[in-house]
Amino acid sequence: MIEMLWNNRIQVAAVILFAVGLTTLLLHRNLLKKIIGLNIMDTAGYLFLTSLGYIEGRLAPIVTEGSTDPARYVNPLPAGLVLTGIVVSVSVTAVMLALTLRLYRRYHTLNLDEIYKAVHREQEEEP
Amino acid sequence: MKKKLLDFLREWDEGNFEFSMKMTENQLKTRPEDQDRLPPDRSWTRTEVARAAQSEERAFRRLVPVFMGVFLFAVAGFLLYVVTEMPAFGSSGTPANSGEVMRRYVESGLSETGAVNIVAGIILDYRAFDTLGESHVLFAATIAVMILMLLEREEEEPISELRILRNDLVLRNTAKISVPFLLVFGIYIILNGHLGPGGGFSGGAVIGGALILYSTAYAPESLRKVLNLRSYRLIVIAALGFYSFAKCYSFFCGANGLETVFTAGTPGRIFSAGLILPLNTAVGLVVSCTMYGFYSLFTRGRI
Repeated sequence: MIEMLWNNRIQVAAVILFAVGLTTLLLHRNLLKKIIGLNIMDTAGYLFLTSLGYIEGRLAPIVTEGSTDPARYVNPLPAGLVLTGIVVSVSVTAVMLALTLRLYRRYHTLNLDEIYKAVHREQEEEP
Repeated sequence: MKKKLLDFLREWDEGNFEFSMKMTENQLKTRPEDQDRLPPDRSWTRTEVARAAQSEERAFRRLVPVFMGVFLFAVAGFLLYVVTEMPAFGSSGTPANSGEVMRRYVESGLSETGAVNIVAGIILDYRAFDTLGESHVLFAATIAVMILMLLEREEEEPISELRILRNDLVLRNTAKISVPFLLVFGIYIILNGHLGPGGGFSGGAVIGGALILYSTAYAPESLRKVLNLRSYRLIVIAALGFYSFAKCYSFFCGANGLETVFTAGTPGRIFSAGLILPLNTAVGLVVSCTMYGFYSLFTRGRI
């Protein structure tokens, strides 16, 4: 088992990063830390995907010396998929940060519990 | 010293730390009748029930690290168990690496798309609609950030440390020397996307970084003469529209067996690989404008 973990060390690193990110996302109350946790999770996913496409001793998928032998290059598909993921994660992070900044300007706190309380109080005061 | 550090960490964890942007100074001036409610979250401690709830909550908060540890180990343990069942890292015999898909892309990617960089051939030719959607995600994110952050009026720029940065001699001279090289390097990455490592996304990010450096080191007004909200809209919509129409043309011709004007050409030449070079340019324009737009909206509330 330890040998299998050592053979798949890149995937192990990705899995640990994923767990750290998920824990940060779920159990922190600070909104900025939640965003950081989500980004760590994203990164773990990319690391996992790219590590699946790697093949020991082969070249990057850029045709050199005119050879299109599939046994010469690593798998090009995960690189394309990860590129899509990175762009989406950048966009999602930007929107989340903008929403967080708006919440901070309104309630002067980044703590989710305090924001809930403030919203609750506002709703009680309104009618 | 240690106590100070712990206090700081606790405050940071509770989200009360000084937000570095001083944008909130205007909003902090609350009306006089709100003064007795400040600090904002103490009024609920008055009743007995609320106090009991508060102590319960404190106890829960003390338990949160324990929960975090248990949760972390549960998730990591489960996933590690899955990893031990996976094929070894770097082996060529896995289903993903030995299957039909990879062989097809590598064998006929060069002759079908003309792109030396097989990844560029995949994302901008085989999967071009995917990349179009990606660019639209970036565009939609910029619109969402604009809705949230764009100031309605032409307000006075909020006082921030960015103004102090603008008089920094080291930053100014670094920017003066490196911005031209960064711009040229970004353009090189974009134009070289089908011949080697690179492409619209990475090159656009480099150009966006150069624009951000320039706008931090010098007054953003000089950049706004070239890149304002109007030209931003023009560039992004023109790039996305060109992408859509070019790809529609390519799909129409391909489906009906017609000759297109964009041929694969000689692989290795700069004007080869059909539509990949213009599409890379369009994507690079969108990405660089979006990067700079995010920065500008977050710091100044305008583009």
